[in-house]
Amino acid sequence: MDPSVLLEMVADAAGDRRAVGALTYGDLHARARAVAGGLSGLGVGNVGFVDEYSETVPVLFYASAMAGLPFVPLNYRLSDDALRAALARIAPAVVVAGPEQRDRCAGIDGITVLGADELPTGPLDSVGPGDVSVLLFTSGTSGEPKAAVLRPDHLTSYVLSTVDFLGAGEDEAQLVSVPPYHIAGISTVLTSLFAGRRIVVLPAFSPAAWVDLVTAESVTHAMVVPTMLGRILDVLAERGESLPALRHLSYGGGRMPAPVVERALALLPHVDLVNAYGLTETSSTIAVLGPQDHRDAISSEDPAVRARLGSVGRPLPTVELEIRDADGAVVPVGEPGEIFVRGEQVSGEYLSHTATDDDGWFPTRDRGYLDAEGYLFLDGRSDDVIVRGGENLSPGEIEDALLTHPLVDDVMVLGVPDVEWGEVPVAAIVPTGPVADEAALEQELREYVRERLRSAKTPARIFVRDELPHTETGKALRRVLRTELAAETPA
Amino acid sequence: MIKPGTRLWSTTCSTAVVVVRPPKGDVALTCGDAPMAESEQPAQGGTPKTEEDGGTLLGKRYSDADSGVEVMCTRAGDNAIAADGRVLLMAGARALPASD
Repeated sequence: MDPSVLLEMVADAAGDRRAVGALTYGDLHARARAVAGGLSGLGVGNVGFVDEYSETVPVLFYASAMAGLPFVPLNYRLSDDALRAALARIAPAVVVAGPEQRDRCAGIDGITVLGADELPTGPLDSVGPGDVSVLLFTSGTSGEPKAAVLRPDHLTSYVLSTVDFLGAGEDEAQLVSVPPYHIAGISTVLTSLFAGRRIVVLPAFSPAAWVDLVTAESVTHAMVVPTMLGRILDVLAERGESLPALRHLSYGGGRMPAPVVERALALLPHVDLVNAYGLTETSSTIAVLGPQDHRDAISSEDPAVRARLGSVGRPLPTVELEIRDADGAVVPVGEPGEIFVRGEQVSGEYLSHTATDDDGWFPTRDRGYLDAEGYLFLDGRSDDVIVRGGENLSPGEIEDALLTHPLVDDVMVLGVPDVEWGEVPVAAIVPTGPVADEAALEQELREYVRERLRSAKTPARIFVRDELPHTETGKALRRVLRTELAAETPA
Repeated sequence: MIKPGTRLWSTTCSTAVVVVRPPKGDVALTCGDAPMAESEQPAQGGTPKTEEDGGTLLGKRYSDADSGVEVMCTRAGDNAIAADGRVLLMAGARALPASD
């Protein structure tokens, strides 16, 4: 079913509600339909978008769906070469680009560049649902970005199985602060609007601007990635603000340190916290740790319940989830392995190949384990596992141990080649303040890990750095750190 | 064969629905015992025909286990929907918190 039918349903039932910016649901639907008519006459195969988030995103998303064309939001932070290579892959296409992006997109065979104020319009002849709704380039933390394919049925089944139609009150507003090329930036156009919740856009994230906009627009709902939350909490603590309008804050898209969650619960006691785990390839969320889970965990003295603050919750009722070992066998409770998922919202398909097996199971390349109550804990990417003398070590466990040290502000652990062990863990840390003697700190931290874990898990080296490489949405770029460390340490 | 995304209107009350899951085979959808229309109908007045024929509620999903058909109500009405005479049952509410 074409995802634009979901917008049409809300526009029919509550056309006067505000959808995004000054547009009501009726306006948004009419605008998307007019643009769809213009797009369908162009003879292109894709509709690209290269700009910061704006109300053009929902307009183009639904217009593309109505015209039966894939919507392709691209990362405007890519280098010129990488951006142009990605654009060449989606030709023939019309690409809507921001004023600062237009020149970078110009002169590519089969690519027509338009400004957001130049969208074509026209009458729309009836077209069936397209084959593909969205093409989204994955962040490519471990290599070349892959173009994930999301089809109409993936997106509509995700919405219908997770959102109550018009379930939001008229006063509810959702703040979008992730970029349009992040899966949550796309899925919110479906889920928030199907719930009848108005979308408020923050085009470029800064923690102060986020806090200001929540107050100015009486934002009730928001979604942030882990790196945003810590910085937002710093601003709130500094200003002594508590965001009384905010009711619901979800976070996801990367590893969230438990101390940050505890701080959020303390600073925002009136806010429902939700931890969501999902991937581009699964049409967004596949597991959630809900508000009550957070409250139960923080107030529990049972270590197993308390530990759930670090969990991503339980799989959605419509998603099957298994943890499998390297041979493909399902592992017992508590044992780590690779996370496999199956369900109507799961695509697992890329332009180049399909990762999903014949039975519909998608290997996420994420590692994790389930506790006795079915709560899922993430344990890093399969590609990041360090194999030391035949033993699998998780960087996350070592990072968590180092993060509890008062002098460590940020940390990344990765494996480097070693003659004796094959591979050994090394760490790079950002200290909380100036360090007088780096060698002494390294010694102290190694001893600290050895006491808490064991010697196999103790980093062979600990490097002190000013900052660590992340994607702008907070994913660890171990690949970049590996290159940096290799350049600094002679073999 | 009814496709997902098909919109249907009651001819006996104000009910309107969208088919969100297609039936496995041919099935006749009725509302208030009359066939549903595939074009927009003005909201009709009407009274429930039977005790279990309790009407439709906005935003709720109704399904028929036998045929697999599932519809979502986009305009509430007084009469219930049936598939080959079997009254569609309201699917349970889902309590999933907003996550994106």
